Amino acid sequence: MNPSDTTTIIGFFTGDGFAGYADAIAGIVFLVMLATTLVGGIIACTAERLVRAVAGLALSFIGVAAIYYYLNSPFVAMMQMLIYVGAVCVTIAFAIMLAAPEDTKKNGPSGPLSGPLGLITAGLVTMGMTGLAVNTTFSVLPKENMGEVKLIGIELLTSYSMVFELVSIVLLIAIIGSLVIARHGRSK
Amino acid sequence: MSILNLHNSLNTYLILAAILFGMGVYGLVTRRTLVGMLISSELILVAASINFMAFNRFTAPDPTVGQIFTLFIMAIAAAEAAIGLSITIAVYRNYKSVDTEDLVDLNG
Repeated sequence: MNPSDTTTIIGFFTGDGFAGYADAIAGIVFLVMLATTLVGGIIACTAERLVRAVAGLALSFIGVAAIYYYLNSPFVAMMQMLIYVGAVCVTIAFAIMLAAPEDTKKNGPSGPLSGPLGLITAGLVTMGMTGLAVNTTFSVLPKENMGEVKLIGIELLTSYSMVFELVSIVLLIAIIGSLVIARHGRSK
Repeated sequence: MSILNLHNSLNTYLILAAILFGMGVYGLVTRRTLVGMLISSELILVAASINFMAFNRFTAPDPTVGQIFTLFIMAIAAAEAAIGLSITIAVYRNYKSVDTEDLVDLNG
């Protein structure tokens, strides 16, 4: 191996070559996660059995967490995994097991017209929002900071402390309320 | 623009959020059980969060605000899921069904 080869290898890892490859890999991973999100969403809204719909929902949420990572927010990506994938999906799975909606007559669309009409409604909403997004020019303001986790903590406990406390109370009341509603009639 | 550079464009995220929102609306319209409708409403909430995060990353001057808003949306979504599921279980206990067509006692 002559010296020029070594230079090429080092250049591959430190210079523009590696940066170019890293960008390409980042782009490919992003496309995979985009596909994960969309496929999970399709499974979640069309699957016949609700357990599969929940699994699709979890898949979609994992893709969304990766998309948050691409939006410079690893903290929110982690909270997405914890709260949505870890808590909400598991709660819905519990509800499916407790309420056994699979035993009901049919899980398919309600009525012959609801499928096409729902598809038209969803298509119109999606097309309208896409058209708005593509045809609008958004004014970009210069960044004041990079949105680090430390700054999120400071903002949460200073500017948004009132909202923080309110959300805490809402969560507490939601827990107590759901216990009261779901426990009713269980004592006998 | 190259397809590998899609993650640096605001429109990608907005269109993805629009598609997820459309899926949620489709599921909400066509599902016939309460749990299925709840699953679809979670898709709608996550689409709203993606929009907030995209504008936060690309246009907002202070990128902490959108992240905090998304965290609050997550908290509200968790509360909503807990309440919705407990109502579903209460309905199932009273009606032995979570089919929306059986819950017609208030139907005039």
